[in-house]
Amino acid sequence: MSNTTFTANGNVLTVERAFNAPLDLVWRTWTEAELLDQWWAPEPWKSETSHMDFKEGGHRLYAMVGPEGEKHIARTNYFSIDIHKQFSGEDAFCDQEGNVNPEMPVSTFNNQFDETGESTFVTVVSEYVSEEHLQQVIEMGMKEGLTMAFENLDSVLKKLNP
Amino acid sequence: MKLRRDPFQAIADPTRRAILVLLASQTMTAGAIANNFDVARPTISKHIQILNECDLIDSNQQGREIFYELKVDKMKEIDQWLDQFRKIWENRFNSLDNLLNKLKNK
Repeated sequence: MSNTTFTANGNVLTVERAFNAPLDLVWRTWTEAELLDQWWAPEPWKSETSHMDFKEGGHRLYAMVGPEGEKHIARTNYFSIDIHKQFSGEDAFCDQEGNVNPEMPVSTFNNQFDETGESTFVTVVSEYVSEEHLQQVIEMGMKEGLTMAFENLDSVLKKLNP
Repeated sequence: MKLRRDPFQAIADPTRRAILVLLASQTMTAGAIANNFDVARPTISKHIQILNECDLIDSNQQGREIFYELKVDKMKEIDQWLDQFRKIWENRFNSLDNLLNKLKNK
């Protein structure tokens, strides 16, 4: 297991992490819907992608489904894609019909991938319109109970991957 | 878990964060705080007022001067919040580790 580096500076959030896998494999887990759905939602939430068109100008529409069946629809728009190097875009929250909710914070992101020996280093830089929006997202993470199962994480993971 | 919006609005401003950093090492008067900034003193007073209203700092009258100090418990609460956000990413990445292991062994 690797350490995740996490820095919040004003309205910019940077998350860095090394993965013990080759670049092409790591790239696939970030860019193919069926693989993304297997890790994108933190336990006990599930990610369900209904549409994904991974190309410049394309988008992904997906739901975060909670343990009580509650659904939050989100949309990712892809701006630039440089295969096996980086891709950028924006994340927005939607209403139940999949229309972007203008009252919710929109963030832009740039995900960078670097192969270093046997592992792949990923840098996620997310920029929010304002620092208030970044704080709003942090608060929502709590409100939606995304962190509920962290205490039992180890046992959960062992069951999933014996 | 209790949610309070106010402290987050307070720390969303860079000047207010800088004031908190100053107060982390010592108690200070409004004048001493203002000396560290290039902005007008009333602006700093306003920031101090907001921090006070959000309960992040305390004021103590000593003689004719008012000293401000950091409320450490409150700051810890905020730190825990950021920690929760970090945990979301770590949880996600742990799942990704497992997925990558499965794919590698295929």
